[in-house]
Amino acid sequence: MQSQLPLYPESASNFSSQVDGLMLFMVAVCLFFGALICVAVVYFFFRYRRKTADEIGAPIHGDLRLEITWIVLPFFLLMAMFGWGAVIYVDYRHAPPDTLDVYVIGKQWMWKLQQPNGRREINELHVPVDRNVRLILASEDVIHDFSVPAFRVKMDVMPGHYNSMWFKPTKTGRYHFFCSQYCGTSHAIMGGWVTVMEQDEYAAWLAGSTNSGDPVAEGAKLYNDLACNTCHLPDGKGRGPSYNGVYGSKVKLADGSAVLADDAYIRESILQPNAKIVAGFQPVMPSFQGLVTEDQIIALTAYIKAQKDQPVPGKPAAGEPATGKK
Amino acid sequence: MSGTTTSSGGEYQLPREHYLNASYGIRSWLLTTDHKRIALLYLAAVTFFFFVGGIFATLIRIHLLTPNGLLVTPETYNKLFTMHGVAMVFFFLIPSIPAILGNFLIPIMIGAKDLAFPKINLLSWYVYIIGGCFVLYSFGTGGLDTGWTFYTPLSSVYSNSAVTPAVIGIFINGFSSILTGLNFVVTVHTMRAPGMTWFRLPLFVWSHYATSLIMILGTPVIAITVLLAGLERIFHFGFFNPAYGGDPILFQHLFWFYSHPAVYIMILPAMGVVSEIIPTFVRKPIFGYSFVAASSIGIAVIGFLVWAHHMFVTGEATYAAIAFSFLSYLVAIPSAVKVFNWTATLYKGSISYDTPMLYALGFIGLFTIGGLTGLFLACLGLDIHLHDTYFVIAHFHYIMVGGAVMGYVGGLHFWWPKITGRLYPEFLARAAAIILFIGFNLTFFPQFILGGLGMPRRYHNYPPEFQVLNVMSTAGASILALGYLLPMLYLTWSMRYGKIAGPNPWPATGLEWKTDSPPLTENFRETPEVDWEPYDFVHRPDLGLTGSKPKLPGKLSPAHGDD
Amino acid sequence: MHRTGELYGQYKTLEQQKETATLGMWVFLVTEILFFGGMFLTYAINRHEYPTAFGVGGNMLDLNLGFANTVVLIASSFTMAMSVWSAQTSNKKLVPIFLIFTLILGIVFLGVKVVEYKQKFDHHLIPGHGFDITYCSKQPAAVCGISEEDHAKEITEIKEGIEADGGLVALNAHAQLYFSLYFGMTGLHALHMIVGAGLLVWLILESRKGRFDANYNTPVENIGLYWHFVDIVWIFLFPLLYLINRHLA
Ligand code: HEA
Ligand code: HEA
Ligand code: HEC
Ligand code: CUA
Ligand SMILES: [Cu+2]
Repeated sequence: MQSQLPLYPESASNFSSQVDGLMLFMVAVCLFFGALICVAVVYFFFRYRRKTADEIGAPIHGDLRLEITWIVLPFFLLMAMFGWGAVIYVDYRHAPPDTLDVYVIGKQWMWKLQQPNGRREINELHVPVDRNVRLILASEDVIHDFSVPAFRVKMDVMPGHYNSMWFKPTKTGRYHFFCSQYCGTSHAIMGGWVTVMEQDEYAAWLAGSTNSGDPVAEGAKLYNDLACNTCHLPDGKGRGPSYNGVYGSKVKLADGSAVLADDAYIRESILQPNAKIVAGFQPVMPSFQGLVTEDQIIALTAYIKAQKDQPVPGKPAAGEPATGKK
Repeated sequence: MSGTTTSSGGEYQLPREHYLNASYGIRSWLLTTDHKRIALLYLAAVTFFFFVGGIFATLIRIHLLTPNGLLVTPETYNKLFTMHGVAMVFFFLIPSIPAILGNFLIPIMIGAKDLAFPKINLLSWYVYIIGGCFVLYSFGTGGLDTGWTFYTPLSSVYSNSAVTPAVIGIFINGFSSILTGLNFVVTVHTMRAPGMTWFRLPLFVWSHYATSLIMILGTPVIAITVLLAGLERIFHFGFFNPAYGGDPILFQHLFWFYSHPAVYIMILPAMGVVSEIIPTFVRKPIFGYSFVAASSIGIAVIGFLVWAHHMFVTGEATYAAIAFSFLSYLVAIPSAVKVFNWTATLYKGSISYDTPMLYALGFIGLFTIGGLTGLFLACLGLDIHLHDTYFVIAHFHYIMVGGAVMGYVGGLHFWWPKITGRLYPEFLARAAAIILFIGFNLTFFPQFILGGLGMPRRYHNYPPEFQVLNVMSTAGASILALGYLLPMLYLTWSMRYGKIAGPNPWPATGLEWKTDSPPLTENFRETPEVDWEPYDFVHRPDLGLTGSKPKLPGKLSPAHGDD
Repeated sequence: MHRTGELYGQYKTLEQQKETATLGMWVFLVTEILFFGGMFLTYAINRHEYPTAFGVGGNMLDLNLGFANTVVLIASSFTMAMSVWSAQTSNKKLVPIFLIFTLILGIVFLGVKVVEYKQKFDHHLIPGHGFDITYCSKQPAAVCGISEEDHAKEITEIKEGIEADGGLVALNAHAQLYFSLYFGMTGLHALHMIVGAGLLVWLILESRKGRFDANYNTPVENIGLYWHFVDIVWIFLFPLLYLINRHLA
């Protein structure tokens, strides 16, 4: 139970200490300027009170040196704030490579979360302490926002594409998370709890019961049901590329550029196949927009991910076009 | 009320003929092209919307007394804050100072008989009223629950409330703003009296000029944006709807492209008011006139380049976020220049405690707090924690209520004698100013802490540990409501019973104080010529101030003595 | 040179009055640019995002009608300019004549627009639940009133479009976006034309009283400016909506 009048949230992630340091700096600088102004105003107010009814003030029109001072000096302080904030932000927007990925789907008005092994939760998130955790966020309807004050992070959950956020919990415990982008009637109750567990506890919890199928198996089933398998043959002889080795690699595109095959790319490939055409293939894949749910995309992604260590079929060394064309 | 009333003991009389008694009857008001009467039409309408918005605010605060909400259902709560925001922003604060005080004063301040386009001026009032009716219709028939930001696809697809009429209302209302801005810009360019050079313009006019630029360049964009959102809702166009391949982020870009500059529409006029009040009650020239004037333009220009700081956590490109954060810091500099110059103006002044001055000083303090907390939000590293929490709510209420509304109420007091020819009761007015200041801080300071704790905004209920701070805030809001009630009552009272003010009660240096109170319909008997510098008390024998030694005590002092 | 405009109360001189009106008009046009600008931006972003669907959509417009309308509008700009010139040179008789020409051309433009809209309606190209980009390609050519040749072209284009855009659902959604923008932009433009036509009617009535001459012609000049502005908007709309990417592949 927390105190009746808390003044600042608990600090429970790698970002919270960084954010709090910056917060302290900002409060100090702003207190200084705020106090400077207020003290000056109050002091002048009493010191130069009007003494007689027809008194006038000293006709001072300005001073260039002062003006320059109070333009230049704040400028440097502002740049310090800007720079420091940007450093944290850049860190926040670039997840380290070794993250534990949890999928988060927001919908009016609940959160569906899915652990890497497929264990599902509603409005609850379990994560191990001292591990880099990445949340991959998708929305089924409107914009939501996943916000964990104790971790000092949040990120909007956008319909139409993936966002992601990451953090490293540093303290075990239970912390509130909120939906912090207004999303309709029950926005205020679209929240839940993050439970940070010791790593071994987490592993045990993860292995624990619940038979909410394995996403890879589910993805494999979809792969057949949705007829992906008619084009994407493991041996790469189909009309589409083989999934083997795709996830996490740099895919060469028809326009000569390359793109990292991450979750967002896979999702886009399914929904808007022609946004990025794999080099050596024709843009013949149909869009599955409206035919698959966000959950199914996640399952398919899990399946594609599972193929990443499969042998890449007769693929020539990078540089040459793949052998997709028959 | 005849033109010859004398008040007991006063030495002034109301002028025999003035704009208020030039003609009578409802038609003479509703068809007037006199900028002063139009200003009063606006005053009535804007006050009405302030009431409407204020009542929603009161209900919000009462509801938030307990963690599970005291008063209303979640749907209703969502409608309350949406309608509060819409009424306050689009129909109260944006028109408040420009359309009332600006309308009344700009022609007089520059020595013109009227604005450049008096009929368009009247038209813009009607446009405002029509827009207002649509919005009220929306409020009355099911309300509106999208948040004042109308984010898609919530507003265009998912919401079941009366979004369409509200959007139409805001669209129409935009043209009122555009026409007012257009009128001001042209007036300032072509209607200045002889001798009224650009650098003799009152700072109030400078700040309105800057405001008008934003109105002209920004408002068309919000008009088209809400139009597109409305079309999307009615006809299933898909501009912003991901289901059709549209992009919700595009809506946010377009919305903030206007709505960030719009916050400067709200604050710049108030800064103009403060820049008039301070030299008057300090009886010395404003410190750094050209810097204060230029900073208005600076704010207007840079203000157009920072809009995406409302979108740091939408997943926008990291480099875009960095650029917008940088620019947001730049826009703080002209604001800082103003604050420092106002403070420096106090130095070696002759400061009086009159009500407008109390408001101006309150403005400086509260605007500074609001502005400085804006720096927290502009800071990328902090915004990932503070975005969409009560910290943001507190930030903008500090600026919009503590700053802009304080400036507005202060300006109303300052020019009340000019508008009505009468003085308000000074003691009550000072008391109200102090009550407002205390109530305000009690309402909104706790919200900074709530925000730091992570309480999201637009929540109809909240975890119990936030209750104490919410109760404080609600308590403050009731004091605040009292603080607003008082001026409404005594200002209305003073229209009839207040002491006669005379042409220049403070005394102040502007051209508006050289004509009768209330002024003639044509403002001046003959076109004035300006041959003095702004805010100069030394070379102005006509003000009756002789320097540090009191010469003719009483006679030439302000109509009501102070200190 | 006997009749001049009356001097309104708030001005000191006629020059000031004229300067004010002209400046006001220019400022107004600036707001108009921004107004249309929001739409052009939306267009640009979506076009960039879905070039195929936009190409397919653009190909469904009737280029002949669009082109004819462009000619009509340019001609109307010319007659408008002529009426301003007539006023400035005090050819009082000519002013209303040229204005009437302008008005007629404006009405022709709007008439053609109505024909086009009607056609889109028949072809199920109005955004909403009934929208179907493939409607005409599924009917015999006659039903949609297009030539066999065009019909065949359309069928191939839609086929290519479906492939390129990744499926019928996607193509339909994105083409609907295109048509939303088409109707939004041309509709807004047409609205401006209607306002302009109203202003022209007023001008014609006034000019027949011989009010405008070399001394006083501000209304003709300003409404002329507005009319040219509306034309220029069309000059942008025409290539963006009708011309870009007419032929895929
Ligand atoms: C009148 C209204 C107004 C004004 C003037 C401002 C001014 C500023 N605002 Fe504010 N803002 C709003 C109204 C306003 N804002 C509203 C309504 C919202 C929320 C919208 C919504 O989502 O509903 C908002 C939200 C908002 C956000 C988004 C927060 C979020 O949603 O995550 C940000 C982020 O950058 C921001 C920043 C700023 C900055 C940097 C200024 C600057 O212009 C402030 C400059 C002023 C000063 C800095 C103070 C004076 C300076 C000194 C005393 C000098 C000394 C100081 C130093 C050198 C440190 N504002
Ligand atoms: C100009 C703008 C303006 C003004 C003046 C105010 C004024 C006030 N605002 Fe508002 N506010 C906004 C603009 C403004 N607000 C915006 C844009 C939002 C965001 C909306 C959104 O999220 O979409 C917001 C949101 C907002 C919230 C957050 C809601 C939420 O996120 O869940 C709260 C909560 O406390 C609040 C409170 C208040 C209060 C107590 C006042 C007080 O200052 C009001 C005091 C005035 C009166 C009370 C009326 C006058 C007094 C009388 C007539 C006396 C008689 C009346 C009584 C006795 C009741 N406002
Ligand atoms: C009609 C054939 C076809 C079908 C059916 C098909 N695809 Fe594809 N797919 C392709 C082709 C061709 C490409 C390569 C060109 C491109 O990028 O669009 C591709 C590319 C991809 C890629 C990018 C792979 C890479 O190597 O970068 C993914 C991921 C993908 N498809 C997933 C799927 C899924 C999931 C399904 C079923 C739900 C599916 N596809 C069904 C033809 C198909
Ligand atoms: Cu989901 Cu708010
Ligand atoms: Cu902003």
